[in-house]
Amino acid sequence: MSEHDVLNPKQMPLNPEKATLEGKNKFIGFWFFLGGETVLFASLFGTYLALNNSTNGGKSSEELFTLELVFIMTMLLLTSSLTSVYAMYHMKNNAFKKMQLWLGITVALGLGFLGLEIYEFYHYIHHYEFTLRSSAFGSAFYTLVGFHGGHVVFGLSWIVALMIRNSKRGLNLYNAPKFYIASLYWHFIDVVWVFIFTVVYLMGVL
Amino acid sequence: MADKNSVHPAQLDYEKQKRKEEMKQQVITFALMIIFTIIAFSMVASGLDKLFVIPIIVVLAAVQVGFQLYYFMHMSHKGHEMPAFMFYGGVFAAFLCIIALGVLVWW
Repeated sequence: MSEHDVLNPKQMPLNPEKATLEGKNKFIGFWFFLGGETVLFASLFGTYLALNNSTNGGKSSEELFTLELVFIMTMLLLTSSLTSVYAMYHMKNNAFKKMQLWLGITVALGLGFLGLEIYEFYHYIHHYEFTLRSSAFGSAFYTLVGFHGGHVVFGLSWIVALMIRNSKRGLNLYNAPKFYIASLYWHFIDVVWVFIFTVVYLMGVL
Repeated sequence: MADKNSVHPAQLDYEKQKRKEEMKQQVITFALMIIFTIIAFSMVASGLDKLFVIPIIVVLAAVQVGFQLYYFMHMSHKGHEMPAFMFYGGVFAAFLCIIALGVLVWW
């Protein structure tokens, strides 16, 4: 069997993302990476919890945060998590066009989230003069939430790059693991956001 | 490897059906996650006692993350022993990290 047949079988295996050795390695390696990311975010959460009362005479979290905006952001990200599940569902059924469509919806929702986050930061900086340098609380807040935002930017670029690069190739055993891993990353971003909206925003206004 | 890739058509139909049912479950999971989020936000907005609300929203967040990991990220599927080990290893280190930073400040 030539490499072409291996990567483009006439019938897709049941789990295309784990059918090749490369796919299996990507899968294990990526979960290992997610374990490391968990520790990274834990250190940022720990720092935030330690410093969130050190406002240096500036506005406190209660005065800054508005729950309406955070609620909309949460709904956008949560929905985008479901749409990427739909994308992986269509990937397993070897329906490339549908997968691309659902990934596109995921990207659109992610961009919506990102836009609101940028608006939020802009608002804090220009209307409240609450910046990275204004207090220990400011540093901890922007580092934690900004790092998550950075993950959103990276995740979106990753998914878009995969969509464009493979748009004419269709689905095969070479790129199926790539799509699968990108969707795992996107879910992980939502996992982190669940703790951010609970610990930073909800506990911040209590 | 070769016989693993060639699947009987009946098996394929069965798997397809199974995936369809799983997709339904995932939509239900999503609905539950939305409900949990709404409960958490409305509890905070209603102005109840802090010591009562905080444990509940933290538990709601943990359950929501569990849904995300086990259903959306398929950790409930077979062959996820190693990912679970890696991830919980990370969670353990994360737990130590938060405890350590928390104690440092509280001291």
